[in-house]
Amino acid sequence: MNTISESLALAAGLVTHFDANLVDVVALSLRVSLTATFFAAYLGLPIGAAIAVGRFPGRPTLIVVLNALMGLPPVVVGLVVYLLLSRAGPLGSFGLLFTPGAMIVAQTILITPIIAALSRQIVADAWSEYREQLTSLGAGTHRAAMTLLWDTRFSLAVVVLAGFGRAIAEVGAVMIVGGNIAGVTRVMTTTIALETSKGDLPLALALGMVLIAIVLLLNTAAHLTREWARARFG
Amino acid sequence: MADYGTGLPIRLHQVVAAPGGTPVLTGIDLVLNAGGRTVLLGPNGAGKSTLLRVLHGLISPSAGSIVWGDECTRPRGQAMVFQRPVLLRRSAAENIRYALDLAGVHGAEADARIAEALDEVGLRALAARSARVLSGGEQQKLAFARVWALRPEVLFLDEPTASLDPAAARSVEQIIGDIHARGTTIVMTTHNLVQAKRLADDILFLHAGRVTERTPAREFFTNPHSTEAAAFLEGERL
Repeated sequence: MNTISESLALAAGLVTHFDANLVDVVALSLRVSLTATFFAAYLGLPIGAAIAVGRFPGRPTLIVVLNALMGLPPVVVGLVVYLLLSRAGPLGSFGLLFTPGAMIVAQTILITPIIAALSRQIVADAWSEYREQLTSLGAGTHRAAMTLLWDTRFSLAVVVLAGFGRAIAEVGAVMIVGGNIAGVTRVMTTTIALETSKGDLPLALALGMVLIAIVLLLNTAAHLTREWARARFG
Repeated sequence: MADYGTGLPIRLHQVVAAPGGTPVLTGIDLVLNAGGRTVLLGPNGAGKSTLLRVLHGLISPSAGSIVWGDECTRPRGQAMVFQRPVLLRRSAAENIRYALDLAGVHGAEADARIAEALDEVGLRALAARSARVLSGGEQQKLAFARVWALRPEVLFLDEPTASLDPAAARSVEQIIGDIHARGTTIVMTTHNLVQAKRLADDILFLHAGRVTERTPAREFFTNPHSTEAAAFLEGERL
């Protein structure tokens, strides 16, 4: 019990005093995960809307596959990205392995299906409500998809936040492709794993506190956004 | 005045419509000319709403043909108001602007039409209000303002007052009259016989997916030609 309480006290000290090592790790985590979320949203939202509105052969199969990909194991994604980016791999010439860039690629692959699948469901629900009216007004498939993306933007914001939450809490993929190199690719989750194995609990606990605080903040933001949007836009 | 003038008459020849696989309309022959107010009457499930959607091009016939003017594709210049208005999550004015944008009307012309349309339905003061938070009656009026701004040649109305209280319904009827007075051909469905009497020039009566008669409104309500229509007006189950 002493160890736990002492570790918690030390961890709180690291957080409140903005320990430089802690700040670096948190900053890198945010940079990697925010960038990955940006790319995943850039890809996933239009993919989700296109599948929701479009009618083409193989669509039902694609929906099933997309939904299944939401459960992609991070270590498998990490392994695939590792093979692609390793020197002998097809993308080895970019020299991305064991850099934040590789971690961004891995996290983007991991959360793009999540954003695409969830946005497809949201846009599809809206499409069933809007289809006749938008068709009546003369909106083509592309215009309808863009309209629905904008009209469901607050629900989609929650989807993007969910993707970010998944990215920043992920450990397996970034551990494999980033290598957990101190000062270069060490993010919150990989640091927690490493420091715990070394028995350095204060830093691991401090990072855990920050991670939970970020997740809480995200959920609060998502909740407030939805409530505000419901009151403002109906 | 309507912006377009190429979509009339609408000619249906032996049209069969089977949305979802089950035939709802069978062997419909119909010519819809410019200028009138046609009300589709009939019992539930007769195919009124389906016929309206076929006329508007929202449902493609599974057999037969439909021609708008000289074209086989749905022309611009048609609009439709549904029983439950579908409005975008943006302001009342922006909902109209969206429709105008799709119709190719932009800039100062769009601004003028938006102001005029909101004035027409009495929603000018709510122009900046989000459409989704308006009351049911206001939302339906906004749907009509969108139509007013589009200046369609033909307007299809699917039970436009079914969800409204009597005062809002009369207000909407007035707007329908104003739209018709500008030269727009009106085709609507309703279950309200009093409203049909007030608004219709002629009645198209449907039963079991077929048009059983088409009669001038005054004659229809005093001397219906088909036994089905007579039974319907007597309140008998068909």
